[in-house]
Amino acid sequence: MSSLQEHLPILQILVPLFGAILTAFTRSGTTAWAIAAVSSAISPFISAALLIKVTTTGQPISYVMGPWAAPWGIEYRVDLLNGFILLLVSLIGLVSIPYARKSVAQEIDSHKQSWFYTMYLLCLTGLLGICITGDAFNAFVFLEVSSLSTYTLIALGRQRRALVSAYQYLVMGTIGATFYIIGVGLIYIVTGTLNFVDLAARIGPAMPELSRPIIAALAFMTVGISLKLALFPLHVWLPNAYAFAPSFATAFLAGTATKVAIYLLLRIFYTFFSNAIPFYSLPISEFLLVLSLAAMFVASFTAIFEENAKRMLAYSSVAQIGYITLGIALANKIGLAGSLVHMFNHAIMKTALFFALGAMVYRTGVARMSSLSGIGRKMPITTAAFVVAGLGLIGVPGTAGFISKWYLAMGAIEHGWIWLVFLIVLSSLLAVVYVGRFIEIAYFREPSSDIADSHEPPLSMLAPLIALAAATIYLGFDTRLTGGVARQIADFLLSGVVLGGTQ
Amino acid sequence: MFAEPTTLVLLALVIPLVAAVLIPLFNNQPNLREAVTLLAAGSVAVVVWSLYGPVMAGARPELHGPEIVPGISLGLKVEPLGLIYALVASTLWIVNSIYSIGYMRDNSEPRQTSFYVCFAVAISSAIAIAFSANLVTLFLAYEVLTVSTYPLVTHKATDDARKAGRKYLLLLIGTSMVLLLPAIIATSAIAGTAEFTPGGILANKLAPAAMMGLLALYVFGIGKAAVMPVHFWLPAAMVAPTPVSALLHAVAVVKAGVFSILKIVVYVFGIDTLQTTGAADWLIWVPAGTIIVASLIAMTKDNLKARLAYSTISQLSYIVTGALLATSLGVVGSGFHIVTHAVGKITLFFCAGAIYTALHKTEISELTGLGKVMPFTFAAFTIGTLSIIGLPPLGGTWSKWYLALGAIEGHKLAIVAILMISSLLNIAYLLPIPFKAFFGKRPASAGAAATHGHAHDHADGKIHEAPTACLIAIGATSLGCVLLFFYPDFVFDLLKQIPLR
Repeated sequence: MSSLQEHLPILQILVPLFGAILTAFTRSGTTAWAIAAVSSAISPFISAALLIKVTTTGQPISYVMGPWAAPWGIEYRVDLLNGFILLLVSLIGLVSIPYARKSVAQEIDSHKQSWFYTMYLLCLTGLLGICITGDAFNAFVFLEVSSLSTYTLIALGRQRRALVSAYQYLVMGTIGATFYIIGVGLIYIVTGTLNFVDLAARIGPAMPELSRPIIAALAFMTVGISLKLALFPLHVWLPNAYAFAPSFATAFLAGTATKVAIYLLLRIFYTFFSNAIPFYSLPISEFLLVLSLAAMFVASFTAIFEENAKRMLAYSSVAQIGYITLGIALANKIGLAGSLVHMFNHAIMKTALFFALGAMVYRTGVARMSSLSGIGRKMPITTAAFVVAGLGLIGVPGTAGFISKWYLAMGAIEHGWIWLVFLIVLSSLLAVVYVGRFIEIAYFREPSSDIADSHEPPLSMLAPLIALAAATIYLGFDTRLTGGVARQIADFLLSGVVLGGTQ
Repeated sequence: MFAEPTTLVLLALVIPLVAAVLIPLFNNQPNLREAVTLLAAGSVAVVVWSLYGPVMAGARPELHGPEIVPGISLGLKVEPLGLIYALVASTLWIVNSIYSIGYMRDNSEPRQTSFYVCFAVAISSAIAIAFSANLVTLFLAYEVLTVSTYPLVTHKATDDARKAGRKYLLLLIGTSMVLLLPAIIATSAIAGTAEFTPGGILANKLAPAAMMGLLALYVFGIGKAAVMPVHFWLPAAMVAPTPVSALLHAVAVVKAGVFSILKIVVYVFGIDTLQTTGAADWLIWVPAGTIIVASLIAMTKDNLKARLAYSTISQLSYIVTGALLATSLGVVGSGFHIVTHAVGKITLFFCAGAIYTALHKTEISELTGLGKVMPFTFAAFTIGTLSIIGLPPLGGTWSKWYLALGAIEGHKLAIVAILMISSLLNIAYLLPIPFKAFFGKRPASAGAAATHGHAHDHADGKIHEAPTACLIAIGATSLGCVLLFFYPDFVFDLLKQIPLR
């Protein structure tokens, strides 16, 4: 067993990767689903084991491929930060997979279903890979693995507009990835290494002579990743992608893809650039702050007037990503912890919301607000779960969202920015409006003809939804995993001890 | 009954929640369903009352929950002021449940099960507000109360109800999120704690101007206290069935607001700190102005429930004013007014609902001469009115007396004058209602108009009262108004236990 323990970092990637290969050879959707289910079920155990090991030993786990020692070979390195994100991604994978069965069976043609699961597993592999790798170029490879599979997942949506949306995302995603790799290239020219830890050590001394390429690299990488994480105003691909992708893909991506991109941003900011360019020496913080606030307000306003419920939630995602980047911009311990807490909480809540909406679409075939009127009477449990997760988005105390907002507001107060506290809570008020609008439509209007004979979705879809809605409340009370770990991570990111010390 | 006080605290919170789970199980057996409500209400009242002895003896039972944000755990702690509010909420829940049974059945209201469920959740959160040990726990319970009463306000599911619900949610959640939450966050950051502590936690930590700003955030952020200009939600919420109005006005919601302000003044700011910094000196004129303005608006309303709503806004500001006086007698007066206004106003709302149930009348002008038709109801209405005005032998006398004493103690004679003027205004807008009902002549056209309407012709003076369940509740609360005059000591004793320093 001890040897298996040793190989956990690579197994984290191999399990879904082999799953993807196996599903590619199957023709039956059910078999493909079963393979995906097994792979997705194993992942969280690996992530949890890794995170527990890191927290108990206080040391990062380093795993080297073959005989090539780091920094020459590719190194997988798990510290608190990526251990936390790995767990988040694989947990979302775990709760998503029971939901997938019925939803995919309905939305995807039967001969494409095994293909769909292949893409899902590749996407999971890519996302986990970005998190776990300790190598800047390897991260690019995984970024592309996840992106290409995501384009396919979106393109498999039922409406023809899914193709346009996927293409739009492909163009923007490719620009993002290219910017990232340009940045990596510049850094490689300067330092001659791609390993995160090695980079961190070399980039500081290189700074006095080669400040220009390093700053250019930082700029390219920041913009490239900001495209992937849908930082306002680089978010335009997201609403359509979320609206026209198959319901299951939307829910899974909303919970994972943007979060992983944010992880990568944190990694480059705090792991190696911080040694060369202290966070405050360039106006990164101010820039991020303004864009985050713009996201929180502009996207929330757009969500209020959105007629398609999926697009409403998508714009809400853009706004919520604004909260996360706001915490990064605050760049103090509690604000950064708030950012990490909200990454986790938002993943849970937004996946729940898309599950609920996906269940409504599953039964009714419509996602327009007006067509969903009266849905609260036809699908009471689904709608109630939507409301609970919606209250979480608003940040009502007793839900996960409250914890996030508390941390962020405390982070703002630490800077003495009481005005920012007011802006944070004001934008929550916009969430009251768009969530409230859905509630009014769902409960106060007579059921429309579109939903006349709809009822609760099958248990396999309902159970994951209820679990996530319950988690929204649970995480409002038990914050050891979110707040506790996030504060440790923030401490460790701000301490300047890169990746937990030297090798 | 002989359980540990900490167990009792937990029981008071959990029993209504258990009831909320059980009630839907008896969806198709209304009698059993209401039995669950009554049983829960009865046991919560017993549980809360059995905390009275221990608290008087100096016990302060505490319970600690998980730490949810750095340095702040959810927690409950029973202290005298909170116990008073919990006693009011739990005792009136019994009366209100009895009344609801009569009202909801007689008016064939839809969705009665969800009504009773939301009601139980609201009571649980009211008790959590009462017993909250720190600002974060209070905020949590405060928001749960808003969310759980939203379905009650919109119960009728009409367009008006939806609009009222919108105002309700946006104003209450809005003010609490945008003003109260930043105030709590700022307090926690400045004081390093959010625990309610005798003497307050902000002494010497803020400049007077900043203190005033913070106090303003609390006063306006706690929208449930309906201090102008954040009072709009209260008249709008009148579209709800009368038992809900009673819950809003007397049992839980607005009382949660004024109670929270009082608790924050006493245990977060500390009355001495407020006195020395003078932070409340300007702010006090806002609730003082609300007392007068709301009374004047009440005079213009012909709709009975609307007039009562503005009367509530005015009366709530008595309590806020009393709190902002920041004197020991002011705190006593405010605390006592929480009790007397609750009992008095619930009587008036019960009467308004009884009149609607029996005669389907909602406008004051239609009530002339109906005293003979509903003598019991209008007698009770008179008692409630006199208590609100503050005339002996009714409970309201004491609260006005102590509020006035508190104003004198704080050297604010203008506040005394405002209290007196307001009493006159109360007489002007409330007393004519029962007076005209008993002594006014029924206009001749009214009888003819009513014959083809839904209502019967009551001009013949035949007695036609509301269902018995309603009458029992009305009788109980009117009696309460009288008893509070003759036996106020159990409340005073508790109020004197409040540690002000």
